[in-house]
Amino acid sequence: MTLLQQALAKGEFTVTAEVAPPKGTDTSEMMENAEFLRDKVHAVNVTDQQSSVMRLGSLASCRLLKEAGFEPVFQLTTRDRNRIALQSDLLSASALGIENVLCLTGDHVSLGDHPQAKPVFELDSVSLLMTAKRLQGGVDLAGNELEGKPTFHLGAVVTPGYEPMELQLLKMERKIKAGAQFFQTQAVYDPELFRRFMEGASDLGVPVMLGFVLLKSAGMARYMNKNVAGVSVPDWIIDEMKKTDDKVATSIKIVVRIIRQMREMCQGLHLMTLGWERHVPAILQEAGINI
Amino acid sequence: MIITKAKPFSEILRSLEGEETIFLVGCSECATVCKTGGEEEVVAMKAHLEQEGKVVSGWVILDPGCNLLEAKKEFRKAKEEIARADSLLVMSCGGGVQIAQEASGKVVHPASNTLFLGTVKRFGHFQEYCSMCGECVLDLTGGLCPATRCPKGLLNGPCGGAKDGKCEVNPDNDCVWIEIYDRLKEIGRLKEFLASPVQVHDYSVNTKPASLVLERNKNRRDNQ
Repeated sequence: MTLLQQALAKGEFTVTAEVAPPKGTDTSEMMENAEFLRDKVHAVNVTDQQSSVMRLGSLASCRLLKEAGFEPVFQLTTRDRNRIALQSDLLSASALGIENVLCLTGDHVSLGDHPQAKPVFELDSVSLLMTAKRLQGGVDLAGNELEGKPTFHLGAVVTPGYEPMELQLLKMERKIKAGAQFFQTQAVYDPELFRRFMEGASDLGVPVMLGFVLLKSAGMARYMNKNVAGVSVPDWIIDEMKKTDDKVATSIKIVVRIIRQMREMCQGLHLMTLGWERHVPAILQEAGINI
Repeated sequence: MIITKAKPFSEILRSLEGEETIFLVGCSECATVCKTGGEEEVVAMKAHLEQEGKVVSGWVILDPGCNLLEAKKEFRKAKEEIARADSLLVMSCGGGVQIAQEASGKVVHPASNTLFLGTVKRFGHFQEYCSMCGECVLDLTGGLCPATRCPKGLLNGPCGGAKDGKCEVNPDNDCVWIEIYDRLKEIGRLKEFLASPVQVHDYSVNTKPASLVLERNKNRRDNQ
C-alpha cells in the first residue's frame, strides 16, 4: 500500500503537490522544487507533458524523485501512446516501485508545442483505468496472462466547475467503476460550487482531493477564467491580487482562506504550484495542515 | 461523400514540370459537389493550363472517378488523346487518382487533397460526422458520433475541457458529449449508456488497406 493510499484510508487530510519535468535533461530545478515539498506533502504528482508540451518523461522523473526519498504519483495520459505502450509503461512503473498512477486522457496535441503530432487517444481515461485494473489482476487488455502482477493505487481527475455538473459526476462514476480509487480535482475557488459538487460526489464513496492552482497575479486569474475550462476565479480574488503590492503574501492569504473554507468538505488537497513549490510550506503551515 | 479541396495551382504546375501534353480526368460525383473536379472545374483547368503553355489533349468526367470498370471503359473511348498525353491530371479524390493510373497505365498527378468523409449540411458546407471506424456506436450514443465529433475521439464520456458547451480544441464546435448527454436524456437512454461496458475500439478492424467482397460475389467467384 502506498503512503498516499494509507493516508487516504486512515482518513487523514491528505496533501499532494505537483512538479513538472524539465524541457531537456537538466533535472536540477525539478529536484530543487521537490525539496520544498519534502515532509510537507504525502506525495508528489509528476505531470506527463502537460499542455501537450514535449518534456522529459513522467516515469523517469518519478523514479528520480523516488530515489531521492519522495513518494511520486505517476501521471499518465493516453494522448501519446497506444495500448501496447501504455500497458508497458504501467508494468515499468510497478517494476520501478511506482504504484500511484493518475490516469488521464490528456490535452489535445493542438494546444501544445508539437501541433503537427498525431493525437493517439486510442484509450481514454476510463479505459486506461480499466486496463490498469486488469493488469493488476494478472491479465493484459488482450487477455494474455502476465508473469508477475503489477500493483497500483489508481487515481483520476474530475472538474467540479464543469457545466452540466451532472455529466462530470456521471463520468466520475464511470471512472470509479473502471478502477479509480481517488480523485484530484481541477482547480476550484468557489466554496459554494464545491459544496454542491461534493454533495453528488460523496455518495460515490471515493476520496476527493480539492485541486488548487496557485494564482501568481490578477492577470493569470483572468487568463484562467478566459482559457481554462471548468475554472472560475471569483472577482474578489482578482481584485485582491490587483490591489496588492506583495503578490506572494496575498496569494498565500487567499489560498489559506479558501482551504479553510473547503477542507471539511473533502479528503485532501492537491496543489498545482506551477513553479511556486517554495511557497507550499508557508501555505500549509498557515492553513494548519501538518502531515 | 468524399470531401476534396483543390491544391494550389502553383503546386499543380510544379508537379507537371517537364510535361507538355496533359489529359484531364474529373468525377461526376463527390468532386463535382465539392467543386474540385466537375465539368466546370475541368474546363477551367484546361484554360489555365493552356495559358501556361500546356497542351490539353482531352478530358473526361468519369461517373464516378473511383470505379475501375467505368474508368477503363471511358479511357478506351479517349484512347488516342490519352496516348498523346505525357500524364493525367486527376481532379478527384485519391481513390480516383489511383484508379486512373490503374486503368490507363499513365503517369498521374493529383489536382486535389482528399480531406474526409463528409455530410452535406447545405450547399458547399461539408461536415465530418463519420470516420468509418468499423464498429458503429451510434446506437449507444444517441445518434451522435463521439469517435468523430470529439477531437479526442473519447468513447466513455466528456473530457473536462468544454467551456460554455463549446469544445476546447475548436470553440466553434459544440461539445458532442454534452449533445449526446442531452439527447440520451431526451430519448430516455442515459441509463443504457451508463450501464454499458467500458468502450475500447478494436483497431484490428481498421488494418489497411481495407477491402470487402460481398458474399454473393465471393460465391460466384468460387463457383467459377
